[in-house]
Amino acid sequence: MTVPGEEQRVAGGFIRSYVITGGRELPSADDLSLITLVTVAPEQELPALPSPETVAIWELCSGGYLSVAEVSARLGLPVGVVRLLLTDLIREGRLLRRATPPPAQAPDPRLLEKVLHGLQRRFA
Amino acid sequence: MDFNAGSPEDIYVPGAVTTAVKILVVGHFAVGKTTLIGALSEIAPLSTEEKMTQASTRVDDLRGVPDKKTTTVALDFGRLTLGDDLVLYLFGTPGQQRFMQLWEDMARGALGALLLADPTRLSDTFPVIDLIEQYGLEYAVAVNSFDRQSDYTEDELREALDLLPHTPVVFCDARDQRSSADALLTLVRHLLERAS
Repeated sequence: MTVPGEEQRVAGGFIRSYVITGGRELPSADDLSLITLVTVAPEQELPALPSPETVAIWELCSGGYLSVAEVSARLGLPVGVVRLLLTDLIREGRLLRRATPPPAQAPDPRLLEKVLHGLQRRFA
Repeated sequence: MDFNAGSPEDIYVPGAVTTAVKILVVGHFAVGKTTLIGALSEIAPLSTEEKMTQASTRVDDLRGVPDKKTTTVALDFGRLTLGDDLVLYLFGTPGQQRFMQLWEDMARGALGALLLADPTRLSDTFPVIDLIEQYGLEYAVAVNSFDRQSDYTEDELREALDLLPHTPVVFCDARDQRSSADALLTLVRHLLERAS
């Protein structure tokens, strides 16, 4: 590629991702969006023989809610890998997720009003 | 109010937050997307990698790309807590046509898009507008302009970018929080008008 741009910030993570996920297919954005919030469920423990990445996710998510995008960025792991590991932990009941609004065609005016008022308060 | 992340516990979303929404900050390379996100975000902007299949058509280099190819793209984003139970994420989304799969993912569930435009590189903004319209996103144009006197007037910009009459245009300095907040507020007011 001759075009300088965002796509040059590549971390060459393909083999790394493949090893971490055991070659499984990565879940799609429909399953766990970038802004879905996750945290460790109360009175839950790490699965037996966790991978280092699962341990890292567990430790990070023990402190409170973070979005899937934040977990990925804070740990320096690709989003697809984080999605897969989070999906496992959620399925096992070890992590809680907070639902994000459904991907409606037209955003709800009441929600937009809340966003507007929130921004006005914040930057007043 | 100052929400800058200083101590480790500040990285988390407040516990009462039940809803997360996102707005895209779009524009061509180096137009100032991450600068604007940094001016508004309560956390230092973060970057995450998304892997995607590159579209085989409409690439903007001369070589062309054979069929499908996997590529990794960095997404910069920031966060704003807007009250007790609501958090807004701003995602910087690159405007190249070859990131169409990324756009599909990013556009899904987005409230709208703030299009950053550089008045000295307006032609680079055309393909970004094509993408926004292709994915049916409502948007406002923020002209990232440090010295607006030397640049175009709003009417000239509207004509150059072939904007619809209802699309808002605002001049901003992406480095400045107040100015960037005004641009974001203009977008959200527009979204509300269009949704009501």
